[in-house]
Amino acid sequence: MNTESTTQPVIEARQLDLTFQTNDGPVHALKDVDLTIDKGDFVSFIGPSGCGKTTFLRCIAALETPTGGTLTVNGMTPDEARRNRAYGYVFQAAGLYPWRTISKNIKLPLEIMGFSAAEQQERVKNVLELVDLEGFGEKFPWQLSGGMQQRASIARALAFDADILLMDEPFGALDEIVRDHLNEQLLALWARTEKTIGFVTHSIPEAVYLSTKIVVMSPRPGRITDVIDSPLPKERPLDIRDSPEFIEVAHRVREGLRAGHGDDV
Amino acid sequence: MKQIVAVLTVIAALVVFWYVACIPMNIKGVLTEQERAGAEVQPPSAKDRRDMGEFGLVLNNSFAIPATWEQDRPRLPAPHQVAVELWETTVLKKITSKRSLIYHGWVTLSATMLGFAIGTGLGILLAVGIVHSRVMDLSVMPWAIVSQTIPIIALAPMIIVVLYSVGIQGIIPKAIISAYLSFFPVVVGMVKGLRSPDAMQLDLLRTYSASRSQGFWKLQLPASMPYLFTSLKIGIAASLVGAIVGELPTGAVAGLGARLLAGSYYGQTVQIWSALFAAAILAACLVGLLGVVERAVLKRMGMAQ
Repeated sequence: MNTESTTQPVIEARQLDLTFQTNDGPVHALKDVDLTIDKGDFVSFIGPSGCGKTTFLRCIAALETPTGGTLTVNGMTPDEARRNRAYGYVFQAAGLYPWRTISKNIKLPLEIMGFSAAEQQERVKNVLELVDLEGFGEKFPWQLSGGMQQRASIARALAFDADILLMDEPFGALDEIVRDHLNEQLLALWARTEKTIGFVTHSIPEAVYLSTKIVVMSPRPGRITDVIDSPLPKERPLDIRDSPEFIEVAHRVREGLRAGHGDDV
Repeated sequence: MKQIVAVLTVIAALVVFWYVACIPMNIKGVLTEQERAGAEVQPPSAKDRRDMGEFGLVLNNSFAIPATWEQDRPRLPAPHQVAVELWETTVLKKITSKRSLIYHGWVTLSATMLGFAIGTGLGILLAVGIVHSRVMDLSVMPWAIVSQTIPIIALAPMIIVVLYSVGIQGIIPKAIISAYLSFFPVVVGMVKGLRSPDAMQLDLLRTYSASRSQGFWKLQLPASMPYLFTSLKIGIAASLVGAIVGELPTGAVAGLGARLLAGSYYGQTVQIWSALFAAAILAACLVGLLGVVERAVLKRMGMAQ
C-alpha cells in the first residue's frame, strides 16, 4: 500500500518517551528510544520485565500513546497505520473465542474489516495452510493443544495480510519442545511471506535464533542498551544454535542485558 | 451408585425427622380429640395438659402417637398426608376444577413467565446500558441495588393498588411484581458477563479498529452467555416467588398464592403444605428446564465441552 516502502524504514522511532502516571507517581516506561526497522527485518526485543519492550510494541500498534518523540509506521502515525491495517498483533495468550471454531476465529478480523464471504473463505484456507493447521478449521479452540492454539492466533493475525507482524511473547507460555518447533515454523513463515516482524521475548536463544536484529533493553527507565545486527544467515536450521557465531551473538546479548541491569542484580 | 445411596439417605433422614416432628407438634390436638372420643388420656384435665410440655404428653400417652399422623387439621401434616393431597388435587382432579393444583399452578405460572420475560428483557437492557455508559453505571446501579432491599411483601400491595387505580388488574400487576424480583439477578450477572472479556481481548479488537457495536456483538454478548444463564436460573425462581407474593395481598381467588392464603384462612394446613410443595416442584422444573436450554445453547456455541 506504500510505494516508497522499499526506501523508507517501516518503523522509525526518534527520541521516543512514554511516562505512565500511576498512583505511586510517574513511571518512565520508555526513554529516548531511537530505532529504525527496515522492511523484511525480523526484530527481537529482549530484556527483563519492566524494560518497556512490550510497551514499545504497543506504541507501534497504537495501543499506547507516547508522551514524547516521534514514531512512524509505514511513514504514518501509528493510529493511521492501524486504520490502514498495517500490522497484525499476536498476544502472549492465543485469546481465541471459545464459541467460534478455528476458521471462525480467523474470520473475526475479516468480518470486522468487511471482507466478502468468499474472500474470507479463501483467506482462511490460505493462512491455515501457512501455519500448518489444514483440517483443523472446524475444530473448537479447546480441542487444540496450546501450541496449535497459538498458531491459530498467528493465522488470525496474518489473515488480513498486513505487512508487519507484531508478536508479544507469543510462545512464552509454551514448553521448550513446542517452542523450538514453533520458532522453526515462524522462520519458514517469515521467509515465505517476507513480513516485517517485531518479536518480544524473554529468551536469549529464541531472540538470537529468530532475529536479523536484536534490540537489548533495560529497565528504569526503559531504554535501548544495544542493537545487534545478526551475522547469521537467513537459512537457519535448529542446530545453528551450536555454531560459534550463534554462541557469540548470544554472549553479546547476555553482556548487554547484564550491563543494562547495572547494580540491580 | 454411591451418590444415589447418599442422596436417598439424606431424603430418608429428612422424612424421618418430619414424621418425628409431627408427634410433639400435633399431640395436644390429638389428645383433645381422643378424650372427646372417650379414650383415657394422661393427665385427664385439659387445663393440666395445656400446662404440660409436649414431650411429657407424648411420654404419658404413647398410644396416641399414630393418631398424630392422621389428623384432619394437624398443626404439622405428615409427609404422606401432603403427598396424598398433592396427588388428589393434581392427578385426580379435573384441571378445570377450582381445587385443582394444576389449574392454580397454571395461573401462577403464566404470571411468572410474563414477569420473567419482562424482568429478563429489562435486566439485559439495563446491563447493556450500565456497561456502555458510565453515567448509567453511576445512576442506575445503586437504584437497582436499593430496589432489592425493600421487602417485596411491603411493596406488592402498593404496586397492585397503584395499578388498579389506573385500571390495570389481572395478570399484569402480578407479572410486574415478579419482574421486579427477577430483573436484578439478570442485571448483575449480565453486567459481569459483558465485562468478562479481559484487557487482551479488548486490545485485540482495537488492533482491528473494531467499532463499539462490533465489539458488543462479536465479543461481549457471546462472552456473557454463561453468566446470563446462571442469572436466569436465579431469576426464574425469584419470578415465581414474586408471582405468589403478588397473589397474597389481593385476596386472589386463583393461583398458588391464593391456595396458601385460603389454606391459612380455614386452618387447612395440608392444603398450605401441598401448595408450598407444588410451588417448589414448579420452581425446580423451571430451573431444570433452563438448565437444559443452557446446555443446548452452550453446546451449540461450542462452549460446553
